[in-house]
Formats: sequence, C-alpha cells, structure tokens
Amino acid sequence: MNIFVLVKRTFDTEEKIAIANGKIQDDGAEYIINPYDEFAIEEAIQVRDAQGGKVTVVTVGDVDSDKQLRTALAMGADEAVLIKEDLEKLDQYSTAFILAEYLKDKEADLILAGNVAIDGSTGQVGPRVADLLGINYVTTITDLEVDGTNVKIVRDVEGDSEIIETSLPLLVTAQQGLNEPRYPSLPGIMKAKKKPLAELELGDLAINEEDVEVKVEIVDIYLPPQKAAGRVLEGELSEQVKELVNLLHSEAKVV
Amino acid sequence: MANKVLVLGEVREGALRNVSGEAIAAAKQIADGGEVVGVLFGESISQLASQLIALGADRVVTVEHPHLKSYTSDGYSQAFLAVYEQEKPNGIVFGHTALGKDLSPKLASRLKSGLISDVTDIEGTGDDIVFVRPIYSGKAFEKVKIKEGLVFVTVRPNNIKPLEKDATRTGNVESISVDVKNLRTIIKEVVRKTSTGVDLSEAKIIVSGGRGVKSAEGFGPLKELANVLGGAVGASRGACDADYCDYSLQIGQTGKVVTPDLYIAVGISGAIQHLAGMSNSKIIVAINKDPEANIFKVADYGIVGDLFEVIPMLIEEFKALKVNS
Repeated sequence: MNIFVLVKRTFDTEEKIAIANGKIQDDGAEYIINPYDEFAIEEAIQVRDAQGGKVTVVTVGDVDSDKQLRTALAMGADEAVLIKEDLEKLDQYSTAFILAEYLKDKEADLILAGNVAIDGSTGQVGPRVADLLGINYVTTITDLEVDGTNVKIVRDVEGDSEIIETSLPLLVTAQQGLNEPRYPSLPGIMKAKKKPLAELELGDLAINEEDVEVKVEIVDIYLPPQKAAGRVLEGELSEQVKELVNLLHSEAKVV
Repeated sequence: MANKVLVLGEVREGALRNVSGEAIAAAKQIADGGEVVGVLFGESISQLASQLIALGADRVVTVEHPHLKSYTSDGYSQAFLAVYEQEKPNGIVFGHTALGKDLSPKLASRLKSGLISDVTDIEGTGDDIVFVRPIYSGKAFEKVKIKEGLVFVTVRPNNIKPLEKDATRTGNVESISVDVKNLRTIIKEVVRKTSTGVDLSEAKIIVSGGRGVKSAEGFGPLKELANVLGGAVGASRGACDADYCDYSLQIGQTGKVVTPDLYIAVGISGAIQHLAGMSNSKIIVAINKDPEANIFKVADYGIVGDLFEVIPMLIEEFKALKVNS
C-alpha cells in the first residue's frame, strides 16, 4: 500500500507567543511535529505494518523542517519529502495546491494528516488536497480499519461518534484518541539517518509563482489583552461559595 | 464588496443551531446592505426556513433529498454547489462546527477560493472588511483580509452576536431540486456520547475537571453541576490521559478550544496548553486546593479549597438561585 502523511512543523504547545514588528518571534523556540500529525504518522506506520507497503512523510516548509521529518523517519516512516517554501508566503489555498501537485502522480492509496495544525488551526489543507486529487476524505477520525480497499472509520463529531464505511483511495485527518504515537527508539533514530529525505523546490514540481498566489492576506498579528488579576475569595468555605454564586449572578451576570 | 451572501443554516436533531443565527449576523455585515440568503438541506426542513428569516435572512433556498438527511461532504457539496450556481453570491458564511470545518475547505477548493476559518470578530464593512481569528489556540490573534474573489468565512460559535429574533419578518422560501448521487461515504451509525446533550463548542457554561478530580467517579459531581447550570462537561489533558474521561471532552491546544460565557475550572492547574483552549472565555472561575496554581492567574474569581467540598455546596447554591429567580 502506498501511504503518504502530510505533516507540519509547529511551535511546541508549551511555548508562549511573543510578537515584534507584527511577526511571531521564534528565537529559541522549541519546534515539534504538529501533535495531530503525530497521530497520522503512527496510524500510517500501523497500517503499513499490517498491510505492507511504504510510508512517505511530506511537508512544505523551510529547511529546518528536516528535523521533524527525521523524527518521523525515526518513528518508522520509510521516506520523507521536504518541499522548500517559506510558509509565510503561502495560505491554505496555495499550500494545498503545492501538496496536490506533488501527490497527483504518486497513486496514493491512503493519505493521512492531522485534523488541524495547532498554530493556524484552519483544518483546511487536508480536505483541499483531497478535493484537488479528486479523492474522498473523512476528517477527525478516531479509528481506522483497512480491509483490501474497504475502509471502516470511527469519526469524532463534536463528541459523538459516527461509524463510517468508505473505500480507498482516501484522505483522512487524525483526531486525538486515534492511537498513542510512539517515541522514536534509539535504533530507529540511527536508521533514520540513512533513510531517504528528498528536498524539492517549487520549480521541481513545475509550479510557477502565479500558481501559488495567496487568496487571503494576514494584515496584523497581536496578543490578546492581558487579563487583570482576578479575585480569590476569602472567609469560610460556605461563605465563599455563597459569594461566588452571588457574584456570578449579580456582577458577571452569567447565571 | 459582497452584495449577496449565502449562509448555510445548520440543523441538529431537527432544530436550527444557535451558530446559524450568528452566521446570519456575520453575513449581514459582509453583505453591507446587500442580500443575505439562507440555505437549508435535509428532509422536511421548510418550517426552519421561517426561523432563518426571523434571524435576519432576506430569503431562503432549501434542498430536500433523502441523501441530505445526514451530512456527508459529497452530498452537501453537490447540493451547495447547485445553490451557488443559481445564486452566484459574492460571499458565503458557515458556522465553524464539525460540519462547517469538514465542508468549507472542499467547497473553497472547488470554487478556487480563499477561506478564512474560525472567525471570532469582524471589523469594518465593504472593501475594508477584516476578519479576526485566534491562532495558537488563542495565544495570539490575527486579522485577515480576502485578497481576491469570494468572501468565504466560517464563524466560531458563541462569538458573534446574533440579531434580535423578529417573527414578523417575511421572505421568500424557494425549494430547488438537486440530484444528489454517488456518495462515497456511508454513515452506518451515530453513537451519542455527549452526556448532558450540550455540545462543548456551543455551550454557554462549561464545568471542566483536571487531575485534581482524581478518578472517573470524581467527575460525577461536575456532571451534576453542569446539569444544574444547563452546561457541558470538559476536561484537561491530564484528566483525559489518566482515563478519567473521553478525549472528546479535552479542552486545550490539543483538544477543543472553547469560549463560553462561564468556564468553571475544577482541580485544573492551568498548564499553558490548557489555558490556550479556554482563556478567552468571558468569565473564568477556578477552584483548586493549591493557591499557587497557574489557573488563578487567568481566573476572574477563585476559591482555594477542596473541590469535593466546594462542588456539592455550589450545586445547592445554584439550585436555590434557580428556585428564587
């Protein structure tokens, strides 16, 4: 089976965000594989181990994204592809276009991605890629069973579960609960150094600047206003509880 | 910029979701005096059309088909593209719900259009319209403009104020027929897991538990409190990792991002990744044994104490409040 995983390099979830000159500052920031993409990589490895085939992880980003690709290879992916482009120059439309241009002649059976990236959180790129490739997609999955070309999926829909039947070729996006992503083992890390990691330019995919002109434009980035320190109540616990209910009712007017 | 805007009215268990009214309000601002057209899909939905009009839609287009009873991306995109072809709008607004998140990127791709997802605020009108959306789960915000083509946005539930409902408003309701076919996805079954029946993304009140709740049983009092308040139950990553509850309840940077009117954090320390998921709630209450817990830094009101003592007292006080008001 020919399996592809779309991944993105993102800030670690424990990073605070600082902004200067209208841009997110990344000095010294820790980067990780987008956590939802880790579920996608783990699932891809499990499907390959059960069915045979090959797992290729693909990202669009700057050269530093090779670290996250090496991590995916150390987890057990077979090959990696880095399509070099400055993400700040792209939007979801153009990112999906690039990925679809790369994938269009690869005859993918199964494509996996995270359901959102924790930075931009649009969740657009997966479904857009599926549409450009003309294949079906299912988002926010929490279980995947592949049997021949038949696929059985459990999908999270705002807390409820949909049991779905569909078939390959297919793109799915991973929701938390799909699996427990493995940590790369030491032998895995050693092996990953020798696995193929291809670097492509947009020109290699015959993509012109006009093809990836953005449709939306970010005009400002800013931090939310700092919240003033709240009130920690005092006195007997039962009095505090009475006061809290009173405050929520009369002052905050939320109950 | 956009003088005709389509709004997809979302139906859940036969009722119109609140976010649809919010989407109409957003569409009004985008249309800038132009027309707002409600769109409804499903079976026997015509009675919901008048609700869309009461909420501000100028008229409504419906498509009824057995294949539209449950949402599938194939079925809904075929129906929506048929309405799009007929109406040729300059703008589209969906709710940023499970359905909206799943369907909007496919349509944007099909229409070769940009898409601004998860909008929480809209500034300006006409050509100067700018959309505000959280990034890094609310650790920061960005303002985004459509550079070219269709103004296509999804709005986050609970953020944009709907218009006052006006039942005296009238408008045309037109049903068009679409041959919905070749669905590649079959939904065999839907398993309901949401305990209080209130969805986290639309809940006005959320009672959320962390590691301090100590066990799955410990969530019992939290559920009771949520029931009394007509709210939903959420959880921190710690509580989900410890198997106290299902991952579908997780709030945080991995998990759901919520903005209710009232967020009651119970036994939650306040890790950065959790704060990202809830710190934009309107009012935050923290209940924690540890007076140094991070959660108190974002809380409007805090009680330092044992949650197993505080929650039962809170339940009684809220019940008394309900009786008296």
